[in-house]
This record gives sequence, C-alpha cells and structure tokens, in this order.
Amino acid sequence: MTASLPVLVRGSDSDVSNKMAAPIALHLEFGGGAELLFDGVKEHHVILPDQSEPWDMKQLLVWIRANLLKERPELFVQGDTVRPGILVLINDADWELMGELRYELQDQDNVVFISTLHGG
Amino acid sequence: IVRMAEDVSCLKAQLMEKEKEIVELKNKLTKLEKSSTQMQMQEKVATLPPLKPKVALSNEDIMRYSRQLLLPELGVRGQLSLSQTSVLIIGCGGLGCPLAQYLAAAGIGRVGLLDFDEVELSNLHRQVLHGEDSQGQAKALSAAHAVRRLNSTVECIPYHLQLSPENALQLIQQYPSSVFDNVPTRYLVNDACVLSGKPLISASALRMEGQLTVYNYRGGPCYRCLYPKPPPPETVTNCSDGGVLGVVPGIMGCFQALEILKIASGQGSSCGQQLLMFDAQDAKFRSIRLRPKQASCAVCGQNPTVTHLVDYEKFCGSAATDKCRRLNLLSKDQRVTVQEYKSIADTMAAHLLLDVRPLVEVDICHLPTSLNIPLSSLENRKSEHIHALKKRIGQVKEQLSSDSQVPVYVICKLGNDSQKAVQVLEKMSGSEVDSVTVKDISGGLMAWAQKIDPSFPQY
Repeated sequence: MTASLPVLVRGSDSDVSNKMAAPIALHLEFGGGAELLFDGVKEHHVILPDQSEPWDMKQLLVWIRANLLKERPELFVQGDTVRPGILVLINDADWELMGELRYELQDQDNVVFISTLHGG
Repeated sequence: IVRMAEDVSCLKAQLMEKEKEIVELKNKLTKLEKSSTQMQMQEKVATLPPLKPKVALSNEDIMRYSRQLLLPELGVRGQLSLSQTSVLIIGCGGLGCPLAQYLAAAGIGRVGLLDFDEVELSNLHRQVLHGEDSQGQAKALSAAHAVRRLNSTVECIPYHLQLSPENALQLIQQYPSSVFDNVPTRYLVNDACVLSGKPLISASALRMEGQLTVYNYRGGPCYRCLYPKPPPPETVTNCSDGGVLGVVPGIMGCFQALEILKIASGQGSSCGQQLLMFDAQDAKFRSIRLRPKQASCAVCGQNPTVTHLVDYEKFCGSAATDKCRRLNLLSKDQRVTVQEYKSIADTMAAHLLLDVRPLVEVDICHLPTSLNIPLSSLENRKSEHIHALKKRIGQVKEQLSSDSQVPVYVICKLGNDSQKAVQVLEKMSGSEVDSVTVKDISGGLMAWAQKIDPSFPQY
C-alpha cells in the first residue's frame, strides 16, 4: 500500500505534555439504520477523557459500547471490532485506508458508522 | 338526379377512403402483434445474438437524441457506443424502474429485465414503470412493455426467473450489469461479475437513505473486498419491514442510470472506489473514498478461493428472497392461531391483547381492544409502558372469577416480534409484573386480515 498515514504535526510545547493525552472532541455519526441502536440519533458530539495513551479506534469502540449504545450491542460490535455489514469511515475515508482499529484518533476527527442498506 | 349522382360519387369516394384506412389499420395491427410476440418472456437463459453494429445515426436518431448529442461529453461517438451496450437490470423495482426508463430513453442498445415477482399494489408508490392495470402481471414483462412504449428501438428482454448459481454466469456474461437486491443475491451477482469481468453498478435504498458504488471496475474493489463476511441475517432490514419513501430509490436508480451512461459512452464512472451516500432527510450527498482492491479478497484477490459460483443462501445464512423471514422461537402450546384467538375473543373471556408493533404501524391499523407497547419498550423496560402494562393486567385480574393467571395474547404484524415479546414477558411474569400466561398469535394481524376479517387493512 502506498498511501501513508496522516502525520500529526506537533507544536514545540507538546513535548511537555507527552505523557498525558488531553481530552479529545469527536464528531460521531451513525447511518444506514445503525442509528436505531442509538435511540435514532444520527449525530453525536462527544469528548473522550484524557488518558495516558492516545485514543485509538479499538478503544473508541469499547467507549461507545459502554457510553452510547442503547440496545443490543451484538448488532454493533462483535469481538473487538464492528459487526460484518457496518462500514467505518474516518474523516470521509474508509477506515481500511487509515489503519482500522489501530488508527490514533485526533481532536475534531469525524467518525461515521454506516450499515449497508438492502432494499430498493 | 344530378344531385343524386353527386351524392353517389361522394359516397364512393368515402368508401374508398375507409377501405384504405382499414388496410392501414390492418397493417398496424400485424406490426403490433409481431412486436408483442417478439417480447417473449424468457423463463430460462438463452444465448443472445450480438447487437447489430451501428456505424451512423439515422435522421430520426439525431432528432430524438439531439439534446444529449449536443453535449461534448457524449457526442455522436458516445451515442453510438450507447447503442452497442447491453445492460442487465436485476430487479425491476424501486431502483430498476427509473434505471430502465432513463437507459431506454437515452438509447441504450439492449436491456435485460430480470425479476421473479408479480406487480402488487404496495409496489406502485416507488416502482413507477408499473401501473394499476399491471397488478398480478410479471414485473419483468410489465417493465418491458413500459420501456417498449418509451423507445421501441431498444431491444428489451424480460426474464421471469430467479438468479441462481446455475444460471447467473451465462446471463451476466452477456451483459455489463447492474444490481440491487437481498444479501445472498448481492454476493452471487458480485462473484458472477468478477468471474466474467463485468462492472457491477450497485445501489440500494431504505427508509430515507441511499447508497451507491460501482464494483469491480477499472481495478477497484469488489463487493467482497468491502464486505468479506455477510452481515448476520437479523441485522438486515428490507423495504417491507423498514419502509421506504418511493422517491429515494427513484433518485438512487437515476444515479445508477447516470453511472451506466457514463461508462457506456466512454466517459467512465468516478464511483469505482467510492461510496456515494444520500441522506434524504437532510438532503445531503456525501462521497467516501473506499479501500482499494484487496489482495486477500476471496474472489478477486491474489489467491482466490471462490473460483466458481457457490451456495449463497448457505454462505449468508438467509434465503434469497425479499420476503420476510418467519421465526420459530416458541413451542406449539405457546402459540394460538388467529381462528383460536377469534373464538376466545368471541366468548368475551377476560384477557389482555398486547400489540407490540411500533407506534407508526399501530397508527395504520389496530384491533380495537389492544394495548400497544412496542417490543423495544418491553425489552428496555420503559417505565411508563411497564406501568400501563401492570395497570391493564390488574384490571383484567379483577374480571377473572378465580385467582387464575391473567391470559395475555401478543400480536404484531406477521408473528415474529410477538414471539420475542412472549419470551420477554415470560421473564417478567411473577417478578416485574403479576403472573401471566402468555401466548403469541401466530401470523399476526396480516393473518387476521386474510383469514378472519377481510375488511382489516393489509400493509
């Protein structure tokens, strides 16, 4: 694969707070029917608390399951990833291009979970 | 006498004219009869002769297509290559109708129209090629007639058959193709397209949303690259469960037509590694960059394990039809038929009838005595609903002569959700609510409409 992962450019003061990642704000969206597992709400603005390590997608899924998911978790996650039939997009790109579960979330990232539609 | 002679010659002239008219009408009739016999419905796949090569546009073509010929993106060359293109439309429904309509209008060479269903009244809000008078007719044929009316120069082949691993390759090899449908059909069509090297222009629409991608196109990913594993059957909602606003598949079908016309006229599609998402509620389109073709893909990857078509119903764990699944969660003594419930209701025996459909469906129709608590509210123990349930159980208990358990009958549309609700209520019985005996009314309100009360609406 030739596509490279985005590089986070750090300011000079970041060296100081290296150990403690600041809270990050995310814009989460659910669509294609996946929003029905979240009380029908499509858009969520959330803030992930600070923790010693940077947040990645794997941890985000755990956080969503614990904090946002209203019903039937098996229809959203299976094992440590999303269930088959849900496509994950990070900043308008397929998460496969971004490193999937290992992608390190950045402040103001936009993450979309979309269930494939079947009908016509 | 002179006047009489004039009258006679006048009448003779009229007679000759009428005779001429009769000959013309007879000619028209034989022409029509010929064209309708040409539209023989195909019950199995036959090998088609290649399209007649066309080197120049006729004057009639130029007039008909003049507005699009003026586009430098299309031009005469694009129009000629459209006339040399065949497209297979799998499913003549909400997407297939506008798709077929625009392809035919634009002068595509040949369309195969495949559908195994008949036209039903509940199709007409979105499947706009069919009319009231075509109810009961095979959809493929009804669509073919509509397309023929629009553009008689398009070769139109209706297929009244179900796509299967046995016939899919032979069929798809003859067309670049296009699809929407249920899950097993998607994998089947995807694999058949990969194996015969055809692009797949896939769209779907549900509720107020649509999606579109062109798979297996110019080195891009196939459907399996994106979805190596099928979704669990219980997560798949179809139009008869989830509902759909007719114009949403209409828009997506038009989009499919657009991408096909671009491919067929040589401009190419830009949806090859891209997912187009349409949110009709917010009137928003969004384009997503997708992953490239996956080296690990089971059908288009470096070491494919799928080298011929397999059993897709088994692979997906569900049937290849749009019809609703029938669950069987309960034992026989936990269920009653609609006839049995009718006689219980007729004896006026005290009981509780619980309707577990969502409110939007209860607004369409319901039985007069039922209490409505949606299944999801029961599952989540929504407090106001549990309160209402307790209250009604208490009221019924007062009507019972002995200290017996309150009988509860659960109903929904088709008898699937009601079975799940019976399981929930059995867990609640004796702890969260008074002890009850719970039964499901098998077949639900649609069975009630068919077998007990024909005046009850069906949806």
